[in-house]
Amino acid sequence: MDATALSHAAQAVGAIGVLGTVLGVILGVASRYLSTPVDDRAEAVAALLPGSNCAQCGFAGCKQAAAAMVEGRAAPNCCPPGGASTAQRVADLLGVRLVMDGSEEALPTVAWVEEARCIGCTRCIRKCGSDAIVGAAKQMHTVLPEACYACGLCVAECPTQAIVMKPVLPTLATWHWPKPKPKPKPKTAVATPLTTD
Amino acid sequence: MITMATRAGPFTHTVNSISRTMLWVMAALLPATAYGLWLFGWPAIFLLVITLATALVAEALMLKLLGQPVRARLADGSALLTGWLLALSLPPWAPWWIGFLGALVAIVLGKHLFGGLGQNMFNPAMVARIVLLISFPVQLTVWVAPAPLGSASAPSFSQALTYVAGQSTLPEHMSAATSLGVLKTEHSRGISVATTTEQLPPAAQLAMGREPGSMGETSAGLLLAGGLLLLTLRIISWHIPLAMLGTLATLALVSNALDPSRFAAMPIHLLSGATLLGAFFIATDYVTSPVSRSGQLLFGAGIGALTWVIRSLGAYPEGVAFAVVLMNAMVPLIDRGFRPRVFGRSRRGQSLDTQKPKIPL
Amino acid sequence: MWSFRVRGGVKLQYHKELSSEKAVVPMPLPRRLYLPLQQHIGAPALPVVVVGDTVLKGQLIAKAAPGLSAPVHASSSGTVVAIEEYVAPHPSGLRQKTIIIATDGQDRWAALPHPITDDFPLGVTPAELNSRVAAAGIVGMGGAAFPSAVKLDLKSRYQLDTLLINGAECEPYLTCDDRLMREEAAAVIDGVRILAYALEVQSVVFAIERNKPQALAAIREAARVEPWIKVMALPTRFPMGSERHLVLACTGRETPSRKLTADIGVVVHNVATARAVARTVRSGEPLISRVVTVSGRGIREPANINVPLGTLVEDLLVFCGGLHPVPHKLIGGGPMMGAPLPSVQVPVVKGTSGVLALTADEVNDGAESPCIRCGSCVSACPCGLVPLEMAQLVRRGDLQGAQAIGLQDCVSCGSCSFICPSHIPLSHYFNFAKGQLGALDRDSRRQDRIRSLIQARNERAAREAEAKKAAAAARKAAKAAAAAASAAAPVDTPASQLEEST
Repeated sequence: MDATALSHAAQAVGAIGVLGTVLGVILGVASRYLSTPVDDRAEAVAALLPGSNCAQCGFAGCKQAAAAMVEGRAAPNCCPPGGASTAQRVADLLGVRLVMDGSEEALPTVAWVEEARCIGCTRCIRKCGSDAIVGAAKQMHTVLPEACYACGLCVAECPTQAIVMKPVLPTLATWHWPKPKPKPKPKTAVATPLTTD
Repeated sequence: MITMATRAGPFTHTVNSISRTMLWVMAALLPATAYGLWLFGWPAIFLLVITLATALVAEALMLKLLGQPVRARLADGSALLTGWLLALSLPPWAPWWIGFLGALVAIVLGKHLFGGLGQNMFNPAMVARIVLLISFPVQLTVWVAPAPLGSASAPSFSQALTYVAGQSTLPEHMSAATSLGVLKTEHSRGISVATTTEQLPPAAQLAMGREPGSMGETSAGLLLAGGLLLLTLRIISWHIPLAMLGTLATLALVSNALDPSRFAAMPIHLLSGATLLGAFFIATDYVTSPVSRSGQLLFGAGIGALTWVIRSLGAYPEGVAFAVVLMNAMVPLIDRGFRPRVFGRSRRGQSLDTQKPKIPL
Repeated sequence: MWSFRVRGGVKLQYHKELSSEKAVVPMPLPRRLYLPLQQHIGAPALPVVVVGDTVLKGQLIAKAAPGLSAPVHASSSGTVVAIEEYVAPHPSGLRQKTIIIATDGQDRWAALPHPITDDFPLGVTPAELNSRVAAAGIVGMGGAAFPSAVKLDLKSRYQLDTLLINGAECEPYLTCDDRLMREEAAAVIDGVRILAYALEVQSVVFAIERNKPQALAAIREAARVEPWIKVMALPTRFPMGSERHLVLACTGRETPSRKLTADIGVVVHNVATARAVARTVRSGEPLISRVVTVSGRGIREPANINVPLGTLVEDLLVFCGGLHPVPHKLIGGGPMMGAPLPSVQVPVVKGTSGVLALTADEVNDGAESPCIRCGSCVSACPCGLVPLEMAQLVRRGDLQGAQAIGLQDCVSCGSCSFICPSHIPLSHYFNFAKGQLGALDRDSRRQDRIRSLIQARNERAAREAEAKKAAAAARKAAKAAAAAASAAAPVDTPASQLEEST
C-alpha cells in the first residue's frame, strides 16, 4: 500500500476510534450517575405482600422477600399465599413482565380442620396470621375459608395433624374457560360417542 | 359421562384457509408467468424451476431443523409463493446459482430466522432480491431482449442449459436494458428524460410487455388481470394497491409537469418495472403489511412515494424492492398508531359521552 | 326502511332450512323434570318446597333471592323427589342445586293470578305489570337470561324513549324465534304492546333479519294496526342480534363502552320474551316452557319443539329421532356463541334456544397454524378491536396488555375465530383472558381483606405484648418497692404488719 492509502486508512481508523471512545465514556458516566435509584421500591412491594412472615417463599420474612424481588433475586410470583393477584401487582409495580400461562391455577388451597382429630389445644389459633381459625380451649376448631391465605403454619403447628390443605374447587360462579392448548390435528371425523351412563 | 369442555366456540368455520389463499394468488400469477416463460424461453424456465425447487427444499429442511410439522407447513404453499415471486423479479437468464442463493436467502434468512411463517418482518422475496442485487450487481443488472420460444433468436434447450450453468456468457446482441434502466443511464449522461422517452416503446406496448426486464415486469395487462381477480375474491383489499399506484402516479404526474426533462411521465412509471407486480402481489403480502385498513393506506402511499424517490432521485433505476422493505420496517409502528376505532369509544379510546344529543327516531 | 351501517361482522352459512319449515310441535311430558335453581343471571332462587311435596303445574317451587334473581315454577304436576346437586347445562360440567320432580302425567294447573284481558290502555299500572312479570319468572329468552322485570325497571333510573324488539335470530340453525313470529304474530305484537306500556315508551322498533321474509310479512301484518310499531328489515349478517349493534343499526345510536343501552334511551327485548310476557299477562301462566330448535346434521329429524322446562336433552333427542350419525359436537344454543353440553343428561332451561348435533364437516375444525397477519379478524370484528394482537398478548401471558387495547369491549361473538384462515381459537383466548382477569380481580379483593385482617391481628398482638410488658414492669416495680420498704424498716416486725404497709 502506498503512503496516501495508509494515511487515509489511519485517518479513518483514528476518527472512528476517537468517536467510539468518547461515546463509550459518555454512556459509562450516564449509567453511573443517571441511573434510577431502586431502594424505595422495596417498601412499596412489601406493602403488597400479606405481611405475615410465613416464609413459604424461602425468605425469612415479607420484607426480605420484597427486597429480593426488587433486586431481581426472586420472581414476582414467589409468594404462594399472595396468589396470582399479588404476583400481578408486584410485577406491575416493578415493571417486570409476569407470564400468566394459567398454570398457577393449580387450584388454590385453604386449610381444613379434620374434626375427628382436633383436640382443642388452640395452638393453631394463636399461630394463624389472619385470625382465620375460630375456636376456644377444649372446643372444636374450624377454619374460615374466606380469611385463610394458605400460609401453612397451622398445619405444621397442629400436634395431632388434624389440619390439611384442601383445594378450592371452582363453582359455576367462579369457573372460566381454561387457556387454549395447541391442539393436535384431529385424526378422523368420528368423535367419541356421547354415552348416557 | 360428564365431560368438561376444553374448547370454546364458535363451532363453525369459514372454508377459507392459508393454502386456499396461496393457491389463488399463484393462480393469479399464472398468466403473467406463463407469458414471461414463453417470452424468455428455456433459460427462464430453468431459472424458475431451480428457484422453486430450492425454496421448497430449504423450507422442508428448516422445518425439520426447527421441529415443526413438515408436511402440513409445506402444503400451505407459502414457500412456493415466495420462490415464485423471487423468480419473477430476477433477470430471466441469470445463472442457476443466483436463483439458488436467492431462494436460500429468502427462505432461511428472510423467513425462518425471523421465526417462521407469520413472524418475518420483511418480505422474504424482496430481502433476497436486495441481497443479490448488492452482492452480485453485475448478474442482477444484465437484461435480455425477449426471445420467445420458437423464434429464431431463442436459445435451444442445450444452449439454455449452458447459459443457466454459467458456462457461456450471454451473446452481446441479446443483452438489452429495461426502460427504467435506459432512462437512468441516459439521464446520468445528461440527456433529457423527455428525449429518451420518445425513443422508448409507447405506453401501449409497455402494457403488452414484450420488452427487456424480469418476468414480472413484462405484461402489465396480465398482472392487472391477476390483481383484479384477487380483489374480486377478497384475498387482497383495494387499499394497498390503490394507495401505492395513486401516490406513484400523482408524484409522477406532478413532477413530470414541473420538469419533463428530469422526471419521467406517469405511464412509464406505472407500466414498467415491478410496479404492478409490487402493487398487487408483493406489497399486499399479509405478513409484512399492516392489519388495519387505514394503516394499509399509509403503507401503500409510502411505498409509492419511496419508489418514485428512488427511481427519480436515487442511483438505482428500479426502487420497488427497496421501497417495500423500507415500509416493512415501519409496519409495527403503523400497526400501533393506526388501530380501528373501538365500538363505543372515541378515536382516543375514551368511552363515548352519554350527554351527546340523541338522534331522534 | 333502511338501517344504519354496522362495521365488521361475517357472512355465515345458516342452514336454517333444516328446521325453518317445521311448525312448532309440543313435546310429550317427560317422566322427570330437572329444574335448576339458577336459570338466570343473578343469585340462585331459594326453594320453597321440600322433598316429598306434591306440586301443581305453574306452582312456585323456588322464590327469587334478594337482589338480582328470578323465581322458578313447576313445569307440570307431580312430586318433588329430590333437591340435590345435579349437572348443569354448562360447559364446565359442574353441578348446581336442582329440584327434581317426578311427573304424575295429569298436568294439573295450580291457582294462577287473575288474567288481564282488557284492551289497551290496560287497567293495571306499569308497576303492577312489572311485579307480574317478576313473579312469573320471565327472563331474557334469547339466551342471556337476564331477569326481565329488572330490565323493565330500568325506566325508573334511565330516560327511555325506545323499545327495540330483537327478532334478528342471527345464529345459524336456530329457527325458534322465526317460527314464533310466523305462527303467533298476534300474540307477539300483544306482548310488544304490553312491554311498551310497562316501559312507558312511545316508539317501538321491531327488527327482523332479511333472511326471514315470512316472519317479516307476518309481523308486518300483525302490526299494521299499530303504526307506531316500526318493523325494520336488517341485513343478514352476524352478529346483527348483538344488543349494541342492533341498537346502532336500528337507531343510529352507539352505546358508549361499559354502559347499558338504557344509557342512550333504548331497551332491547327478545321476541320470545315478549311472547312470554303476553302469555303471563293474558292468562296468568308463569314461564314453564319454551320453543327449542333441535337441529344439525347429526340429528335424524330436526324440529322446533315446545319443551316443558326441565326436560332432559336426552328426551329431546329421542323425540327427534335420535342422533345419527354420531355428532362431533353437541351444542346448547347456536354454533357461534353456544357452548358444548357436558352430557345429554342436562335439562333444558329458560335460556336454551337450541340444541345442535353438529357433524365434523359442519364444525370444520382444522389444525392450528401460525398467524399470518392477514387482518381478516380485524375486518370481521364488529367492535373495532385487533384480535390478532390481543390473542398474541394473551398467549404470552400479558393479560393487562390485552386489556389495554380493548379486551373488555369484546362481546365474544366469535366472528374472528370463524374467519381466521389459520384456525386460531381467538375467541377462546379472549374468553379465557376475561375469565382470568375476573378471577384475579376477585382474588385481589380477597387478598386486600386478608391483609387488613393480618394487620389487625398484628396490631392486637402488639397491644397485648405492650400490655403484658406494662403489667410485668408494674409487678417488678411493686416488688422492688416492697423489697425497699422491707429493707428500710428494721428487723422483726411480724409478717402481717409488713403486708399491711406494702
